[in-house]
Amino acid sequence: MRFLLILALLLPSFSYAGVAKDIADDPVMEARMISLADKVRCLVCQSEPVSTSHSDWSNDVRNIMRDKMKAGASDQQILDMLVERFGKSVLYDPPVDKETMPLWSAPFILLLLGGVFLVFQMKKRNTQVAEASLSEQDEQRAAALLDEKPAAQKDTQA
Amino acid sequence: MTRFILPFVIFIILSVFLYKGLGRDTREVPSPLVGRAAPVFVLPLLHEPDKQFSPKQMLGKVWLLNVWASWCGACKDEHPILMELSHQNIVPIVGLDYKDKRADGEMTLARAGDPYNLVAADADGKVGFDYGVYGVPETYVIDKQGIIKYKLIGPVTPQNLRETILPLVAELQK
Repeated sequence: MRFLLILALLLPSFSYAGVAKDIADDPVMEARMISLADKVRCLVCQSEPVSTSHSDWSNDVRNIMRDKMKAGASDQQILDMLVERFGKSVLYDPPVDKETMPLWSAPFILLLLGGVFLVFQMKKRNTQVAEASLSEQDEQRAAALLDEKPAAQKDTQA
Repeated sequence: MTRFILPFVIFIILSVFLYKGLGRDTREVPSPLVGRAAPVFVLPLLHEPDKQFSPKQMLGKVWLLNVWASWCGACKDEHPILMELSHQNIVPIVGLDYKDKRADGEMTLARAGDPYNLVAADADGKVGFDYGVYGVPETYVIDKQGIIKYKLIGPVTPQNLRETILPLVAELQK
């Protein structure tokens, strides 16, 4: 019994929302619609694609995708139509252009800055002065001074 | 000393970015419709379904298109502000009753007051979709040539009315 319980706990819990259900009279088109809706951000929920979102808005978008597909629109035409109304941020993979350039180039710029910083740091380390080593004579002198110290302290206390 | 300055400067820059990020509403996506002609539509009026409204009728006037619905909570927040604006007679307000039942829309206005010069009923939300509506309420400022000049996502507040919408309307009415 306990074993079964532990086994049940170890099983992955299926909290994944799953693809939102809609009545589909054409499974091929439905699959095409879902794969296209995967590329579109739900603007109401933001971190979920339209394909899995249960929001009213996503539902509308899916219905409009179906209508457009029935009317013979290509995937690109449907995406263009969405961008025209909601902007490029509706796409999970926005096109590289003037407007999205800062977004796309940011990782490379940061990498470059990090690299420059690293090179500078390493150069600095190379030019650092080697630790000064003591000659035998100096060492003896230092030892002698350290030995003297307690005596000197006594003197000052007295 | 200099070795502390660089990390400090980086820290300040990061802080500024993070602080700005805190104040931003990620739901507010810049609309590509601003600067473009308001999408064409023809819809029945909410109060008189046998009559129709089309944005063409507003050519030559600066007007507000306010998207609302009886089921929308934030619309109740902006409603008194729209009421006051309508009493001032500065700018015509056209309502778009988005994805709503006619009876519900009419009842809301009968109960709370009707700030609109007229209301178009967008029962299936197709027109709202063309206007890029994804969160009601939304308000558009449209100029005399029928170009969308501004889009507000979220409720009209005394602040954004005073600081953004009314100055823009005054500018466009010149």
